[in-house]
Amino acid sequence: MRLKTNSLALTRILALTLACGAIASAPAFAAGETAAINTARLEPKKVDFSFEGPFGTYDRAALQRGFQVYKEVCAACHSAQHLAFHNLMEPGGPEFTEAQAKALAASVKVPAEPNDKGETTDDKGQPLTRPGILADHFPSPFPNEQAARANNSGALPPDLSMVVKAREGGPQYVYSILTGFHQTPPKGFKVTEGKYYNPYFEGWNITMPPPLNANSVTYSDGTKATVEQEAHDVVTFLAWAAEPKMEERKRLGFGVLVFLVVFAGVLFAAYRRVWKDAH
Amino acid sequence: MSGPSTYNPKTGFEKWLDQRLPLPRLMHDTMHTFPTPRNLNIWYTFGGILTFCLGVQIVTGIVLAMHYVANAGLAFDSVESIMRDVNYGWLIRYIHSNGASMFFLAVYIHMFRGLYYGSYKAPRELIWIIGVLIYLLMMATAFFGYVLPWGQMSFWGATVITNLFSAIPVVGQHIATWLWGDFSVGDATLNRFFSLHYLLPFIIAGVVGLHIWALHVPGNNNPLGIDVKSPQDTVPFHPYYTVKDAFYLTLFVIFFAVFVFYAPNFFGNPDNYQPANPLVTPPDIVPEWYLLPFYAMLRSIPNKLLGVIVMGGAIVTLAFIPWLDTSRVRSNRFRPLMKQFFWAFLVVCVILGYCGSQSVDAAVAGIPLVWVARIASLYYYAFFWLIMPIVGLIETPKKLPTSIAQSVLGESAAAASPAE
Repeated sequence: MRLKTNSLALTRILALTLACGAIASAPAFAAGETAAINTARLEPKKVDFSFEGPFGTYDRAALQRGFQVYKEVCAACHSAQHLAFHNLMEPGGPEFTEAQAKALAASVKVPAEPNDKGETTDDKGQPLTRPGILADHFPSPFPNEQAARANNSGALPPDLSMVVKAREGGPQYVYSILTGFHQTPPKGFKVTEGKYYNPYFEGWNITMPPPLNANSVTYSDGTKATVEQEAHDVVTFLAWAAEPKMEERKRLGFGVLVFLVVFAGVLFAAYRRVWKDAH
Repeated sequence: MSGPSTYNPKTGFEKWLDQRLPLPRLMHDTMHTFPTPRNLNIWYTFGGILTFCLGVQIVTGIVLAMHYVANAGLAFDSVESIMRDVNYGWLIRYIHSNGASMFFLAVYIHMFRGLYYGSYKAPRELIWIIGVLIYLLMMATAFFGYVLPWGQMSFWGATVITNLFSAIPVVGQHIATWLWGDFSVGDATLNRFFSLHYLLPFIIAGVVGLHIWALHVPGNNNPLGIDVKSPQDTVPFHPYYTVKDAFYLTLFVIFFAVFVFYAPNFFGNPDNYQPANPLVTPPDIVPEWYLLPFYAMLRSIPNKLLGVIVMGGAIVTLAFIPWLDTSRVRSNRFRPLMKQFFWAFLVVCVILGYCGSQSVDAAVAGIPLVWVARIASLYYYAFFWLIMPIVGLIETPKKLPTSIAQSVLGESAAAASPAE
């Protein structure tokens, strides 16, 4: 029983307020808001991914391209703090070579450990840094939440490590957000200043500017970098980021199920034999 | 435990042990020779399945606790570290999180089976009441466990449920503060919930022991609901029911494994992959599916205290069933009228669950779900407090078979049995 609700924003607030009627300290909500039109998010676009279905695996080339999109576009504002550079060379992922993963790690600066004198800052008071190694997690673009909000019109760009699992609609939802810009809003809907119209986002006003354009990245494998291609690739990468053990899980699951079915067959034969004369 | 023991110690060591701590005798009498009605069907295999579920939750839980950090600042990341860095951590966690749903699925089947075949009726009232206690402990354990990953739904679920206690007049708010160990859900709450989540399963295991002990005094009920009258009516537990339970348990594990390996987040809520944030309330706060019927009752009552009473009363009611049912006949197989009310009750529970999963102001075909939930709640109460006592008095049950053996083996075998 998947808990799914597609109620509109205001009804959700109403529902919650009622549900929190059970709560003494019910938080206050934007009460004065009037919703002339239904700004519930649209159903995500129907788009297929290689990793769906019981035998689906991640498209290795798409993972590598998607990592490129993440690194060159998304990482400017979004962290992915649960990912480490060594993940990039592990089986079931983008499977970069060890040399490639090391080079990628070395290309970023991470906070350094205290030096011989026990200092963590240089002469000018700046934090010491060093090139990344495989064990390092992906560095975050902002030092803390306040800095992230200050640089993004008050909104916090969510961490992308689990975004595909953390949103109703999963990969299709993230894909729809990325490709859902540049549309004309319906009559009567006013886009809030400093925000962008995206009908796949709850409330239709999103703070993130359209992140992808044609040729935002240049793919080394010659794939044409359309917005759809970039979005598809980066969603594949983010799906892996959220569920890096998926291929191992499905493979092991197949073996487990085969064993269990055979075992059940043996038990069924034993069951029939034992009960043969009993009823 | 039922009837004289047939255990016969063979070796010197067994004889020595039997005079001091007769554990082999206990195992022999309860799991080997225990006379079990020969007509138990598939629905009677869920007791064993539930024991398996409890074992799986305890074993996987102990391993998870080796890697989990019960700290509001670290809990979410530690769970993610289990998923990514611990060898087979993803498998252990997915077994544990899906295991909770499987446990409740099995317990609901087990309870509805008991309800249908009248397994709560004399002399089995205590088995049923102990079972209700286990169910309560399970709900508490599941709730504490759901808080531990410290995601958005963990945090807000904990906030909603603990706030229910503030509905109690005068002292309510103080009780809530006492439960939290703070003035809101926070680190102190997480730590005590972790402690209790580790403790309760072992208490459940103990109460399960009582449940089985109480079962082994009168012995199993059966689909006919009539008493065992002769040895012809029973078969020894081993090998008959060990092999049958093992087969159906394996089918259950296949079902379980499909979720663990191919849809591990099916029962989960995406919001719980976002770290807990006291400043951002999720659009919909929904409990796990197994608590939804009670959640629907709570929400359908406009008054908070009354809502809590109705919800709590729905669970407490279960403990009174042995005395609410006035029928002399146990099994619904022979109760044409009650059978219909039973199936209606099952449907009503599913409807309540559906109502609980939707927004409070949702409507289906123009009918507000809050009213559906109200009527369904009314039926829930009426089923136990009105229908059960009244139908038992006015209903004419069908003719009961003379014995289990006659029903299963036919007239000839049954006729032969008294001569034996």
